[in-house]
Amino acid sequence: MTEAENIAVGLPPVHRVPVIRVVGLGGAGLQAVAHMVQSGLTGLTFAVAHTDARQLAQCAVEPKVLFGGGITRGLGAGGDPDVGRAAAEADVEALRELARDQDLVILVTGLGGGTGSGAAPVLARAARDCGALVVGVAALPFDFEGQRRIQQAQQSLRQLKCAADAVICLPNQKIAGLLDDTTTLLDTFRVANDHLAEGVRGLSRLVTQEGLINVNFADLCRVVRGRQAESSFASASAAGEHRSREVVQKLFSSPFLEGGNLLAEAEAVLASLVGGPDLTLREVKHVMEQINRACENSQVVMGAAIDPSCTGRLAMTLIVTRRSTSDAAAAGEGKEQAEAEAPLVSEFPIEGGRNGLTLKEGNEPARPASRFVPPPPKLSPEQAQQLLANQAGTGAARRRQKQAKLRQGMLPLEVVSKGRFARSEPTLYRGEDLDTPTYIRRGVPLN
Amino acid sequence: MFDKSNKIIVGLEIGTSKVCAVVGELGQEGNLRITGVGQAKSRGVRKGEIVDTGAAVEDIRAAIAEAEQMADVEIRSVYLGVTGGHIRGFNNRGRHAIPSADREITADDVQDVVKNARAINIPAENHVIHVIRHHFIVDGQEGVLQPVGMLGAQIEVDVHVVHGVTNRLQNPIRAVKSLQLDVEDIVFNGIASSLAVLTPEEKELGVLVIDLGAGVTNYVAYVNGIIKHTGVLAVGGDHVTNDLAYGLKTSMGRAEALKIEHGSAVVGPGDKGQTIAISNDVGLPERSINLEHLRRIMSLRIEETLQIVAEDLETVGLIDYLRAGVRLCGGGARVPNVSRLAEQVFGLPVSVGRTKSISGLVSTLDQPEFATGIGLVKFGSFQVEKRVARGGWRTRLKSTLSRMLQGA
Ligand SMILES: Nc1nc2c(ncn2[C@@H]2O[C@H](COP(=O)(O)OP(=O)(O)O)[C@@H](O)[C@H]2O)c(=O)[nH]1
Ligand SMILES: Nc1ncnc2c1ncn2[C@@H]1O[C@H](COP(=O)(O)OP(=O)(O)O)[C@@H](O)[C@H]1O
Ligand SMILES: [Mg+2]
Ligand SMILES: [Mg+2]
Repeated sequence: MTEAENIAVGLPPVHRVPVIRVVGLGGAGLQAVAHMVQSGLTGLTFAVAHTDARQLAQCAVEPKVLFGGGITRGLGAGGDPDVGRAAAEADVEALRELARDQDLVILVTGLGGGTGSGAAPVLARAARDCGALVVGVAALPFDFEGQRRIQQAQQSLRQLKCAADAVICLPNQKIAGLLDDTTTLLDTFRVANDHLAEGVRGLSRLVTQEGLINVNFADLCRVVRGRQAESSFASASAAGEHRSREVVQKLFSSPFLEGGNLLAEAEAVLASLVGGPDLTLREVKHVMEQINRACENSQVVMGAAIDPSCTGRLAMTLIVTRRSTSDAAAAGEGKEQAEAEAPLVSEFPIEGGRNGLTLKEGNEPARPASRFVPPPPKLSPEQAQQLLANQAGTGAARRRQKQAKLRQGMLPLEVVSKGRFARSEPTLYRGEDLDTPTYIRRGVPLN
Repeated sequence: MFDKSNKIIVGLEIGTSKVCAVVGELGQEGNLRITGVGQAKSRGVRKGEIVDTGAAVEDIRAAIAEAEQMADVEIRSVYLGVTGGHIRGFNNRGRHAIPSADREITADDVQDVVKNARAINIPAENHVIHVIRHHFIVDGQEGVLQPVGMLGAQIEVDVHVVHGVTNRLQNPIRAVKSLQLDVEDIVFNGIASSLAVLTPEEKELGVLVIDLGAGVTNYVAYVNGIIKHTGVLAVGGDHVTNDLAYGLKTSMGRAEALKIEHGSAVVGPGDKGQTIAISNDVGLPERSINLEHLRRIMSLRIEETLQIVAEDLETVGLIDYLRAGVRLCGGGARVPNVSRLAEQVFGLPVSVGRTKSISGLVSTLDQPEFATGIGLVKFGSFQVEKRVARGGWRTRLKSTLSRMLQGA
């Protein structure tokens, strides 16, 4: 790689990986997480939690938590989210244990039933109270499952969006196009779980793997956090001579991106590319260019990493956040969301932190110190501090301000998005990339 | 040319935000009138250079068609504006020993010394766009304006050369040619803009013109009536917008709208604590934007851009010669208080350049974005006048262009 190319790509910053746990919740969550374990997802730990003792016993994932036994007697939530929620509230301490010492909790669940729908928001809050960043990955019901489940799922999704830092949705219906009529229901869920696993793999890769171009925790937060809209994801991989073109074509034809249309309307896109040690800069550029072209109006954060198991192959994951303003319903949604959250709070009043719900800033437990080490100083430490300080001061992050402050200077912050300038050569001046916002390069705080 | 009717001259700027075609009519008395202008939103250009030929060609077509309709002419050829981060301007000195026994300097000697000057230090893959001749030096005697007929052993000349990477200059030429339009000549956008906004007095006094475009910032300095320095910085209004989108966590489209509606080049004392409510498509309030942040982000970017230009002028030692100050043009000149900010950066009087020195669609055209297009027409009118004076119409420049396109 030439000097110029190094500058263009950004040298890989040195940092230790964040601690990540994937928690499967409810029947669907169990299945999906078991699938992930089987498919050899590494670099993170797993756990499952359910109200149904029998299903839990059949699941090979450890550790397991049976919760709400006093309410359900281990027989499941019977499709009633209120039961699922009460069960989780009753054993919130056990659920909170699952999130202890984690930097990132990926909460995998199926919404529409009772356990996942009711317990997910409770678990998400508890995990956040432990100081973890919480990303929900939620499967939504097929159309054929009926209106009640779909509505239940929507209601729960709104609550989860309030409780978690971000929610990424995977509507099961979207895979319907990939199947034919003779596919069994089990196979159908297997395909859905494959997608969930790939999504989680991409997500964890984004924040753990040392990259040529590093996307990090801060980038992830920026794309997914505090947005009213939900995110979707899509993954694809390709091998062979034309892999850099094929992988993008596959992605664009993914039902989860609505044939690439979603990209054009996206607000923000997080793109993670993984190749083997044979990955060339040209391939990275080629893929990134295509993605950028499709996302011209959105903020694009891109990462690229090497994984020896990917030799000869390219794997790509996109996390896409929709523009929330484009649908007229969006305005009403905020209100609905507040309403959706209200009963949660009032029905289960806070008793001395027993259930972990904290409304007042001052009571928030301190976030444990992060295990991140700062990257080689591109910014001076003061600049980084200021930057992180103002990142913490906006949007939904405000609620977490106190916790975020503890992380100041610990998370690497790097701008890798070239957005509008992706297709032109970088404007370099005295060693600085002028395409990066001036206020960031100068470390000017915005508060 | 035997044509006795008025000559049509068209300037075409394939800008980053808009493609703009300006039609001028050169009367037989040498009076220039602007008779039409056509514009299209530019979709295929980034940082002043074409990145999507298909889109760019469509936009050029649309702009040309609109200009044709307004001016009621058929456009066959254009003076094409070029820019981009690869374009460089610098001064060269050429030398030539007088070979003749009597040591009398001939017109051929003058040609040779200029040829030497333009060739020095230019990479092989580059093309010379302009050579601006300063003065001659005969046997060490400076400031010679007309050396032909003088006696001497050596003649030297200082020139300002503007050059760029040939391949990259070919892209816009090719796009124009694909529409069956001829390119009369290519002109550096910064020079074109300066022709539109400057008076001869300002050039004589010393002046800097900065064209603040969407993709690039072009600048040209005149001292004693001659271009002494040119430059391009591939930073423009798009960077301002991108910074805002990033800092205010919003889309590019929304950031652009916020910039135009609420932007300022300086943060005012009253901006603190002010917020702007932004509404969604159905008009309901959605979130609020901190006005101080918006203006701080903008101010930092614009200040930096101007500082880089100022540093460059300091490096070449011209900053103290700009007695007429600085003129701004391009869409970026519309940013409120940008002149004030530039005055702080340069320590010189700054104003927005006006394009009033041409007749025709005066009020329509006296807008900073049109400086390049109008200047291209002016440049064209000079060429036509020169050509008429020389009596030939196939210029050397045109053949240079076809050379550039060979093998394309
Ligand atoms: N992707 C996926 N979705 C599932 C799977 N099993 C169930 N679902 C979906 O998840 C929803 C909730 O079901 P389930 O998790 O069994 O209910 P719970 O245990 O009460 O939360 C259902 O409506 C299905 O759409 C599975 O294995 N994979
Ligand atoms: N009122 C305004 N405030 C701030 N920026 C403006 C304003 N009007 C135009 N601009 C900016 O000027 C740029 C366009 O200028 P222009 O000279 O037409 O560019 P180009 O020649 O590169 O197409 C855009 O970046 C646009 O955002
Ligand atoms: Mg479930
Ligand atoms: Mg321009």
